[in-house]
Amino acid sequence: MNGMFQNLLHNYEECVSVILFCIGFCMLLFDRNLLKKVLGLDIMDTGVFLLLADRGYIAGRMANIITDGITDASYYINPIPAGLVLTGIVVSVSVSAVMLSLTVRIYREYHTLDMDALYLMMSEKRKGGRV
Amino acid sequence: MNKKDTFLRRWLRGEVEFSALLAEPVYPTPEEAVPYEPKENKHVAIRTLRRSRTGYRAAVTVLCIVFALFMLLVIGNLPQYGAADAPTVNEVPQRYVEQGMEETGAVNSVAGMILDYRAFDTLGESFVLFTATCAVTLLMCAAPGKKKEEHVFEAEVVRYDNDPIVRTVCKLVIPIILMFGIYVVLNGHISPGGGFSGGAIMASALIIYAIVWGEDKASRTIPKKAISLITLCALAFYACSKTYSFFTGANHIHSIISPGTPGRIFSAGLILPLNVAVGFVVCCTMYSFYMYFRRGEL
Amino acid sequence: MSFVQNFPFFTIILCLLCAVSTFVAGDKWGRRLSVALLCVSVALNASVLWFCASNDMSYSYMMGHYPAPWGNEIMAGVMEPLMATLFSVVMLCSVLGGMGHIMADVQDHRKVYWINVDMTLVSLLALCYTNDIFTGYVFIEICTIGSCVLLSAKQNGRTLIASARYMIFALIGSGLFLIGVVLTYSVTGHLLFPQLHEAVAAVWADGRYTFSMTAAIGLMTAGIAIKSGLFPFHFWMPDTYGQATPASSGILSGVVSKGYIFLLIKIIYRAVGIEVFTESGIQAVLLVFGIGGMIVGSISAIRTKRLTTMVAYSSAAQIGYIYMGLGMGTDAALLAAILHIFAHSLTKPMLFLAGADLADASGGENEFHALRGAGHRDVMAGVLFTAGSLSMVGIPLFIGFIPKLHFASAAFALDWQQWPVLLGLAISTVLNVGYFLYTSMVLWLPEKEGVGYRGEKRCPCHYVPAVVLLIIAMAIGIYSAPLTRLIEQGLALFVKY
Repeated sequence: MNGMFQNLLHNYEECVSVILFCIGFCMLLFDRNLLKKVLGLDIMDTGVFLLLADRGYIAGRMANIITDGITDASYYINPIPAGLVLTGIVVSVSVSAVMLSLTVRIYREYHTLDMDALYLMMSEKRKGGRV
Repeated sequence: MNKKDTFLRRWLRGEVEFSALLAEPVYPTPEEAVPYEPKENKHVAIRTLRRSRTGYRAAVTVLCIVFALFMLLVIGNLPQYGAADAPTVNEVPQRYVEQGMEETGAVNSVAGMILDYRAFDTLGESFVLFTATCAVTLLMCAAPGKKKEEHVFEAEVVRYDNDPIVRTVCKLVIPIILMFGIYVVLNGHISPGGGFSGGAIMASALIIYAIVWGEDKASRTIPKKAISLITLCALAFYACSKTYSFFTGANHIHSIISPGTPGRIFSAGLILPLNVAVGFVVCCTMYSFYMYFRRGEL
Repeated sequence: MSFVQNFPFFTIILCLLCAVSTFVAGDKWGRRLSVALLCVSVALNASVLWFCASNDMSYSYMMGHYPAPWGNEIMAGVMEPLMATLFSVVMLCSVLGGMGHIMADVQDHRKVYWINVDMTLVSLLALCYTNDIFTGYVFIEICTIGSCVLLSAKQNGRTLIASARYMIFALIGSGLFLIGVVLTYSVTGHLLFPQLHEAVAAVWADGRYTFSMTAAIGLMTAGIAIKSGLFPFHFWMPDTYGQATPASSGILSGVVSKGYIFLLIKIIYRAVGIEVFTESGIQAVLLVFGIGGMIVGSISAIRTKRLTTMVAYSSAAQIGYIYMGLGMGTDAALLAAILHIFAHSLTKPMLFLAGADLADASGGENEFHALRGAGHRDVMAGVLFTAGSLSMVGIPLFIGFIPKLHFASAAFALDWQQWPVLLGLAISTVLNVGYFLYTSMVLWLPEKEGVGYRGEKRCPCHYVPAVVLLIIAMAIGIYSAPLTRLIEQGLALFVKY
């Protein structure tokens, strides 16, 4: 347990990323505003990317551009997380664009972004039937 | 009803209301059925709904706290940050760095990795962008032949095209940004950068143009057809060239694409053209996202 | 290397090229391209299946010039092309059977609908064939966006809200999956399944990172469970499936959720290893939630008053069966779970298509009171719906009976799980009877006096796709031995390295 706590202090950057992830997660579950839910999603993804980028870092090494012809792996950090983060960011951008366009359409249709109000309207419409 | 009318017979004749589920609710007649309008007591109803969600909120609070603590414990159990003996430092990144330059010709190991070693992921990733563009088109773009929906912006739209400072600075800055974007794309295999970052930089120049001179002018300057054509050609080129390299790779056929001399602009085989294709895709996608959200069409 | 072995890769690339060319070609050609693509995909995947089954082999296919731990690769044995063929057949039938509704419901940008049919197909194929956990993540996201478009294509207010809700749940799921992938990568250092398998076993034996490994497996499982709608997270299902155009509902409930589950099966058996998965304790959690889903889904289905909502809630129950099979953890239970994937994929689209036809014959309503006697108005749809209901309940001669039999016989080999599983099966079957047979009865009740609406006369070919699904379902239900043998052969190859 003590070792785990020591490790936690050492991995402070990962702690930050996990806290970011949890903030996003809370926003997603708590906030009734659809737009803020989308922001929460983005924060959540950012947390994961920070975690991923941290996992690739190796203390005292350089970025993955081969300089001065040194091709020894012990001079450079791990390139894999960088590539994965790149992919993840592109995916996250696309997903946010889709979510935001859904948000815009819903606002045009119902003039509210409050998810509770939207559910209420949906159920009222259902009770009213024939819509 | 006489005694011989058993339940079964009545049911067969269809006189049994089988259960409450079949009871017909009272509907407003079509004349009085109006499209939904917010009720006056809507806010009261919402308040009731929220009060009923107190339990939900308490549960979610507990869930989030537990989840955060759990994740912190997991972090405590991970290999140390920045350690050189972490499990991730194994033969895989070693080959990407040590042999990447001669096998792919890319000085930038990350570019070599995503466009050559793990190219299938990146192919999928470009198509994520394409799918998202399609989704945004479906949701935001008015159908051809139909009248465009009027967009009512509640905030006043600030026009910059008559502002001398903004206009002059932008005239100066936009070419530089574009040039920088092109540089980042073309040097993706020998320096930091690549199609994704360079494409985003180029798109930012186009978006600045659209903000300052107005969406209508931008849409006249950069024709709609050109954007779709560039995106589609780039994607088709990407898919076809990767088909060639996957096919030759899997069937152990010698590929005619050579890595060239590392460090030159025209080197690294397919990585440079692929970076250009990705750059075009990203640039056009970002720009069309902006235009769809702002204008409703390209 | 035989030429047939290229086919999985060819179908994937063909889908991508079709999607791009549909954007140029427009609606009409896009439709033809999509249908042709689905047919070609059935043919190509079936020939891969035939090749692998007759040679009893599985092979990995390099996507590029670099071997396993460095390059991407895809893997095809018997299981993978079998699932791919199933998904293509079901998608083809749902698209063809729901064509009339697609034409009516999707007014604007119909070509985007076809592009997303192609993209959903490619993501499902990639989920079937992938041998790399991160490729799995990328294609999961394509699948999410694609199915969101299929959902919202109807473009009325309620489908928009339903798809926003679907997206929120799906994205929580993919966020959890991604963080699970990151944790897995950081304690093992690998992304491809065969190398992960060894690395996970080594990590487990070493014992230093056991906790984070367990967390990683748990997060990945939870992510996929949320996306496929396992019990506590099934609330998005009724809105989603109930609102969309029937072809989309069929594709989403019949195929997309199964694609995610198949990826989970691959991760459990090929990447993590079933021994580690059992020891991590997540298996027991899956079992509990699976049984919970079977019962809660059925109860929700009984309480609802709309046909499509009822069918959607029954999906939640059926997903519960599959997760229960994964939670039992024996080979026999896995066989039963995969048979249940077959049963559900073949039956659910049929139910959605027939349900939509019945609603059309009842003035566009799908409340039960309006559907009364709908079977007389549209006899063919009524028969199809009744047959589908019988299959879902698990009446012999229909496919739904086979997995239930296997579940029950697999349960006797377990120790403490035996009674919960048997009890869950029994209760859930009784509840299934409650709502499916009730619905079928409503359909065949005599019509009420004064009900004016008549179903429009439809061309008999309108029903052909649903009938094809029914024929496949009944053929497997009557003579299931070849399929069972094929799956057993596939599973033996599946876990072999």
